[in-house]
Amino acid sequence: MSDKRLTFKKRLHILKHHYRDKKMAPAFNAIHTFLFSPDDTTHSGAHVRGADDLKRTMNMVIMALLPVLLFSMFNAGYQYYAAIDAANNVSREFSLWDTFLTWDNFWIGIIKVLPLVVVSYGVGLLVEFIFAIIKGHEVEEGYLVTGMLVPLIVPIDTPLWMLAVAVVFGVVIGKEVFGGTGMNILNPALTIRAFLFFAYPTWMSGDKVWVYQAVERTGTADAISGETVLGALAQNNLAELNYSVSDMFFGFIPGSVGETSTFLILLGGLFLIYSKIASWRIMLSAVIGSLVMGLIFNLVVDMGVISEASNFYGLMSFEYWKHLLVGGLAFGIVYMATDPVTGSQTNKGKWIYGFLIGFMSVMIRVFNPAYPEGVFLAILLMNVFAPTIDHYVVKANINKRLKRFKNATILPKDSDSKAEELKAETV
Amino acid sequence: MALLSKKDANLIKDPLADNNPITIQVLGICSALAITAELKASVVMAISVLFVLGIGNVVISLMRNIIPSKIRIIVQLIVVATLVIIVDQVLKAFAYELSKTLSVFVGLIITNCIIMGRFEAFALGNGPWRSFLDGIGNSLGYGIILVIVGFFRELLGSGTLFGIPVLGNPINKTGLYALGYENNGFMIIPPAALIVVGIIIWVQRSKNKALIEDN
Repeated sequence: MSDKRLTFKKRLHILKHHYRDKKMAPAFNAIHTFLFSPDDTTHSGAHVRGADDLKRTMNMVIMALLPVLLFSMFNAGYQYYAAIDAANNVSREFSLWDTFLTWDNFWIGIIKVLPLVVVSYGVGLLVEFIFAIIKGHEVEEGYLVTGMLVPLIVPIDTPLWMLAVAVVFGVVIGKEVFGGTGMNILNPALTIRAFLFFAYPTWMSGDKVWVYQAVERTGTADAISGETVLGALAQNNLAELNYSVSDMFFGFIPGSVGETSTFLILLGGLFLIYSKIASWRIMLSAVIGSLVMGLIFNLVVDMGVISEASNFYGLMSFEYWKHLLVGGLAFGIVYMATDPVTGSQTNKGKWIYGFLIGFMSVMIRVFNPAYPEGVFLAILLMNVFAPTIDHYVVKANINKRLKRFKNATILPKDSDSKAEELKAETV
Repeated sequence: MALLSKKDANLIKDPLADNNPITIQVLGICSALAITAELKASVVMAISVLFVLGIGNVVISLMRNIIPSKIRIIVQLIVVATLVIIVDQVLKAFAYELSKTLSVFVGLIITNCIIMGRFEAFALGNGPWRSFLDGIGNSLGYGIILVIVGFFRELLGSGTLFGIPVLGNPINKTGLYALGYENNGFMIIPPAALIVVGIIIWVQRSKNKALIEDN
């Protein structure tokens, strides 16, 4: 067979064998297997290979994230023009086709959101490739989802170099030091978010960072701002809050890039549940947890314990179910809490783990004086506790069975009638 | 003429690298996390421990044959406490601002595991000269980590070294700050020290595989 008749796929396989045992092999294989199934065969024992390998699983999550990403690109522009109109006191009517799904809006999404995605993937995969080459293992797919999650959970005006620093930190300290994909204790995307939050708090909170150009325009005549719903509530600015429930549900509100549209997140969540990628137990229990905590706060307000002058009044009096519509709670529950590596593994553990995530997210959200959001902190905290929860769930099960075993009355064995018959026949 | 015999020289050399009190024995972590946000505080802390451990080791070594074994911990505590109070008073008299920064951590040198550890493990069984070298070596090993951590935390967290701005002025936006650089607030909080110490341990162990424990 002449070289010319080889398919592209075959050529890649030949190249792969050429690179085998070279230092660059992992990097080459990563690109190769991204396009085609590897031609490796299993060398020992009998194995059943599932079609839903790690790469397919990751791709499903990416598919669930794509609508959110597209929406966020339109929303970036929408919030920008809305903020300009608000600053000029121009009243504005919302219409899906005329003011939201427009090229102007999308263009701002392209120049602001796409660079975040590119930097996140570029830097993160570079780190992954470097580690794979140094350690001599295959490049792991773990970063495919992380790289997509990261740009969606940061404010739109996050400087790209900060994102790059945070990604390096998150991937190295959050994942690689523990041994790479599947070994990490903390969710890498949230590690990156937490690093950004603690390292550069001025870029992660306030009323400027959520809208394109708001930071640059500060102090000029064209100043604009876009306070998030939670930000306004934390300052008890209940009057300024003029977003309707449907705005909050469909996501036409300022916030981190991809967290605003509860509707699309819900669709993504249903897709993940349907495709059995993510655990419905965690999602459902987290929703219940947040509702319970919200109800407790509402109850406290109803009892009149908290005065209107209190710092917590705004957030505590917020209707309990609306907590799911604003901020990153829905996004965190669907895409972050359900991470199979860092979450609980046992079914009972998943209920506890999810419930506590929802419960603590709302609690931290209300009581955190510096920043009215707590989803990432709650999930990271529960990530740390997930193995402990599993440990006690497994132990409880063992104890239950031991008890059952001890209490069981072992009856004297009935004589085996069939054997008796056989015996009688032979004799 | 060698100043120190090879055996004696190792007393100083070992704790600097392969038997470092912080990165290998993981002692004295508490103060390493708490006071390393500034390089100046790190250096002063290192010198304080150098003084306490150097003299303390000699004193304990001299008394090692007359200390009843049952009350040796109390005797050790009295020796450390005396030396720490001297350090504390000197700092208060000559560097008041700094002593406020270090606050309770000067007093807490008493409970620094490195000091009691060296008293127990070395000074009680060796002569004054070797104990002195051991004390110097261990406190230098402790100090060098403190200085490294302090260097990175102050440089990245505040953009200064010994309080002198080296990356430009963050308020007037000069130097690096003109390019959009910002100080990393994470480096100022103690968890960052844990991570920096962790990275030092990582680098050290990947350079010297013998340090990696088998599982």
